[in-house]
Amino acid sequence: MLGTWPCPGDAGPELALSCDSGSDTRILILPALFEEGNKLRHFTVEVMRALKQRGIDSFLPDFSGCNESIAPMAAQTLVAWQEQARAAAEHFGATFILTVRASALLDPGNIAGLRYAPLDGAGVLKSMLRARVMSDREAGINSDREALLEDGKRNGLRLGGYELGAQMITQLAEAEFPHSAATSLAQSAIGGGALWLRAEPSHDAEQAEKLAAIVSEAVG
Amino acid sequence: MATNLPVKIDKAEETEAVLRQVLADVLGLAPEQVAELDEDSGLFGHLPELDSMAVAGLLTEIEDRLDILIEDDDVDGEMLETFGGLLAFVTDKRQTD
Repeated sequence: MLGTWPCPGDAGPELALSCDSGSDTRILILPALFEEGNKLRHFTVEVMRALKQRGIDSFLPDFSGCNESIAPMAAQTLVAWQEQARAAAEHFGATFILTVRASALLDPGNIAGLRYAPLDGAGVLKSMLRARVMSDREAGINSDREALLEDGKRNGLRLGGYELGAQMITQLAEAEFPHSAATSLAQSAIGGGALWLRAEPSHDAEQAEKLAAIVSEAVG
Repeated sequence: MATNLPVKIDKAEETEAVLRQVLADVLGLAPEQVAELDEDSGLFGHLPELDSMAVAGLLTEIEDRLDILIEDDDVDGEMLETFGGLLAFVTDKRQTD
């Protein structure tokens, strides 16, 4: 069910997808970030459906600037998203947290959970900077990752189609996974090709089913 | 040295296998389609879905799986244009790293 949740910040409530039957097990799913968020959206929603079939409730909130949010991405910071993740955990009464790729950086750390194929901040920036260098070169502009990153830390930067502010880039460059009770889950545990690598967004029902089964086992 | 030969062959085979697997993951190819990739199979510039973001992901994944470092200056049209070009580049990179 699509509804809103009281996301902290100037933009006001944001959308959230909920499968809520009032069960005791309530999983907060933090969506993958940036381009990977688009590529893994279908997969993530299918994981929610598979969890629902197992009688497990789950919640997928939008953070400001992401997905359907009308807040400008340029104004967002990683620290603000971390605060929003904490607020979402409280609002939805989460008993378990599933992070997807770089959303492991937003893990509030006080609730047990699983980090699916976690990606750190440097990893996020690396691919986006590399893509920027490649598209610059196609346009006849000679750029390099280091100089772009330094410029981005001072002035913000358009990466992967997203206007990222200076604070976001600085915080991503330094971001490490928060300490928490969560365990990491590699793609090899799911099997199949990583869907975030796909040039065209795609879906794999078997992978969604497998992740739901692993999460279901983890929550007992 | 002759004693190193089998190891080198294994490494070359591994490089090609990893490359085929990463391309399969990026392009969503079935195993039989991956097996059909040959030296002249066109990549960047030939496949519309293979844009700069997809290639960036592909290069990063190759780095992670083969434990090599690909610099910005290494990346050019020739290296990315065909499967053979990319394979030659990665094979060379693994030998020199």
